[in-house]
Amino acid sequence: MNKKYKKVDSKFYLIKNSKFFPCISLGKLLLPLAFIFTISSFGQDADPVKGKALFNSNCAACHKLDKKMTGPALRGVEDRLYNDEGLDREWLYKWIRNSSSLIKSGDDYANKIYAEYNGAAMTAYPQLSDDDLNNILAYTAQEKPAPVIKAVEVSPTGGNTSNGISNEIILGVFAFMFLLLSLGLFVVNKTLRSFAAQNNIQLPTKKKSTRKPLWKAFVDNQFLMLCSAIIMLLVSAYFVYGFLMQIGVNQGYEPVQPIHYSHKIHSGDNEIDCNYCHSSARVSKHSGIPSLNVCMNCHKSIYEYNGETTEEYSKEFYDAEIQKLYKAVGWDDESQEYTGETQAVKWVRIHNLPDFSYFNHAQHVSVGGIECQTCHGPVEEMEIMYQYSPLTMGWCINCHRETNVKVKDNQYYEKIHEQLSKKYGVEKLTAAQMGGLECGKCHY
Amino acid sequence: MKNIFKILIITLVIGSLISCNSKDSRNYEYMPNMYRSIPYDTYGEYDNFVDGNSALIPPEGTIARGYSLFEFENNTAGYELAKKQLKSPFTSSAEVDIKTGKELYNIYCAVCHGSKGAGQGILVKREKILGIPSYSDVGRAINEGSIYHTIYYGKNSMGSYAGQLNEDERWLVTHYVLKLKSDLEN
Ligand code: HEC
Ligand code: HEC
Ligand code: HEC
Ligand code: HEC
Ligand code: HEC
Ligand code: HEC
Ligand code: HEC
Repeated sequence: MNKKYKKVDSKFYLIKNSKFFPCISLGKLLLPLAFIFTISSFGQDADPVKGKALFNSNCAACHKLDKKMTGPALRGVEDRLYNDEGLDREWLYKWIRNSSSLIKSGDDYANKIYAEYNGAAMTAYPQLSDDDLNNILAYTAQEKPAPVIKAVEVSPTGGNTSNGISNEIILGVFAFMFLLLSLGLFVVNKTLRSFAAQNNIQLPTKKKSTRKPLWKAFVDNQFLMLCSAIIMLLVSAYFVYGFLMQIGVNQGYEPVQPIHYSHKIHSGDNEIDCNYCHSSARVSKHSGIPSLNVCMNCHKSIYEYNGETTEEYSKEFYDAEIQKLYKAVGWDDESQEYTGETQAVKWVRIHNLPDFSYFNHAQHVSVGGIECQTCHGPVEEMEIMYQYSPLTMGWCINCHRETNVKVKDNQYYEKIHEQLSKKYGVEKLTAAQMGGLECGKCHY
Repeated sequence: MKNIFKILIITLVIGSLISCNSKDSRNYEYMPNMYRSIPYDTYGEYDNFVDGNSALIPPEGTIARGYSLFEFENNTAGYELAKKQLKSPFTSSAEVDIKTGKELYNIYCAVCHGSKGAGQGILVKREKILGIPSYSDVGRAINEGSIYHTIYYGKNSMGSYAGQLNEDERWLVTHYVLKLKSDLEN
């Protein structure tokens, strides 16, 4: 499982030590000038909308407008290069079409920025025409949109909460009044009684009835007692049995995990294959929990959550969870480099068979061709992971009795299938007939 | 009379025990010392390991059984060298199991690169990750050596898949990518 991670680590340090693009103060001085330049330099034909599409399909893997990624942030790059380095659009054409030949030609700035990014090579784009490049540059020259300030909603939710409070107050007042009332009644009753005692008035008392109470008649009837005792015993035996049987069964176990990782978002909404993360399920006993470098394959680029949110889980909540991931792998999103300070994430193990039983994923997933969902339930709908199946011996055995082995297209089974189907006189073989009920297969 | 009460109390207690079994803690076990192993579990936490984690990274410089040395370095120079020199161990196309290659590709690569390799995977369509190149991109001009190097070490914002695919599987995927590339070009 872990064989190659060290190699991966060295990849992680590839872009270490790179700094933000130096912003020379001269550039700031010239900013007004730059603006004029922007306006004058674009003909009417440059189309930032087309530019955006081109940018997203070609450049966005390495560049963002306002955030350093593999390459520098590109908003206003043309002005910046012009003002800081005196480089014009021709230079940009050359750079984008083939940066490595520009570097080899000994261009000062090209070599400088190449060294600054520790020799990360930019792809060559000979196929982009001047128009395409103008469109892209027009897109990068767009002003950053002002952050939208959300109007704070006041009425419905705010009203609701205050309503809730006033409800509680009203209830409290009622309870208090009820208490006072009953206290009053009690006092009145007491004083009346003492009056009566003083004035020698006889209060009517209940006569003791001579008839047998019902329960006593019931107790005296031996037959009824016997019957009900048996019923009681049976009912409690049922409960005791149920209680004893569920000991050691963790169906529905749903612990709180250190990072709120949602299978619904990853495998449901974004359709990521189970094996992408649980990659050893194909080949080994264990399915494995992905190490964090697997997460970073995507989360280097996905630094915030923009999907659906619910009342329970807001965007802020999800973003904070992604930050937790960054903290654990030691990824500094600002500078796009690893800090080297890592913390292990201690996922809480959910499915866990006792030590005396043997279960193998590859045998069921690769050979048996069983879907993960058959045993683990609707994982792609689980916001929080839980144990769907009981994982008892009865559950394993039942399935072995009912499931047919996929013998087709499997050389391994050709011979044994022939022999066994002769022996049992059936066309289809269940796992049980193959020996899936032998104690030694699951217990060692 | 007393009996009935006793039985009632017992059933109540048992009932409450059953219903109190909360879903974020584990259930009781009969014989914990038979359930929990003495040998180290695959993902266990033990004091005698670094960080307490029994899942370890192999010592540097070791090669696992069934793997061979990969000499190309993880940088641009290594990439260029691999592009020139690295050749697939499969010499004829008959040896290549395209079906397995396709399966693996669809598991690990298709989320980003799309099942046709045109850079239109589901994550791109949903605008979660942008800028995935098409395999037929002329500027990249990928070949077997560069694809293998990319799978092994990753490239820029693409991560390494060496941990998820073993040596043979990496070559199978490489050949499938080459097939997609030629399909795209035609
Ligand atoms: C493979 C990743 C990658 C892709 C794709 C990419 N770039 Fe770059 N780009 C870089 C890197 C890395 C640098 C920094 C210089 C270096 O190391 O070569 C850079 C530098 C630049 C620069 C110089 C910025 C400066 O501040 O000096 C410009 C302009 C640029 N890229 C434009 C583009 C455009 C336009 C596209 C899309 C057509 C694009 N890049 C696609 C990686 C990439
Ligand atoms: C993006 C990575 C990723 C993908 C894709 C993924 N998982 Fe997971 N899975 C995890 C992580 C991380 C955990 C541990 C955290 C947890 O239990 O929620 C986990 C936990 C689990 C567990 C519980 C393990 C235990 O502790 O017993 C099961 C079962 C599981 N996944 C099944 C699946 C199935 C089935 C799919 C496909 C529908 C799938 N996973 C897809 C990352 C992933
Ligand atoms: C194949 C790509 C991919 C991999 C691998 C991946 N993620 Fe994600 N992750 C996503 C996408 C896509 C989103 C949703 C982003 C959005 O909707 O804007 C997401 C969202 C999240 C979120 C926020 C929503 C939530 O689930 O709480 C967290 C936290 C997260 N990922 C953690 C992880 C962890 C931990 C791993 C490693 C086990 C991992 N991711 C691996 C693609 C990936
Ligand atoms: C035949 C039923 C079955 C199928 C099919 C199955 N699992 Fe499991 N899974 C189990 C059992 C049983 C365990 C508990 C194993 C243990 O404790 O040793 C488990 C444990 C796990 C774990 C916890 C870690 C571990 O390996 O012990 C993960 C993660 C997991 N399964 C993911 C998957 C994924 C992903 C798939 C599909 C590729 C899958 N499972 C298919 C029955 C199944
Ligand atoms: C969804 C149905 C299903 C469940 C649940 C299931 N199995 Fe299986 N199991 C199979 C099938 C089908 C095979 C035959 C696979 C093959 O060889 O083609 C099999 C084969 C096996 C074998 C190998 C049998 C042999 O003859 O070599 C073992 C051991 C095994 N299972 C253990 C378990 C254990 C332990 C559990 C419970 C934790 C379990 N299985 C749960 C379907 C299941
Ligand atoms: C398909 C796999 C399988 C086979 C075959 C199998 N067992 Fe089990 N057995 C299990 C699993 C899984 C457990 C653990 C159940 C649990 O934790 O609740 C178990 C538990 C047990 C237990 C402990 C009681 C319990 O439920 O925890 C005993 C005793 C046992 N098995 C005996 C046997 C005997 C005797 C045979 C042969 C007739 C046998 N088993 C065949 C899978 C199997
Ligand atoms: C998380 C999304 C993602 C996944 C999954 C992914 N890639 Fe990539 N891939 C990228 C990105 C982004 C680039 C552009 C890298 C760059 O900047 O040059 C890329 C580039 C490539 C390239 C071109 C590299 C070059 O030489 O220029 C190849 C080949 C490639 N990927 C193959 C694969 C294969 C094979 C897999 C599956 C094992 C895979 N990719 C999985 C995101 C991904």
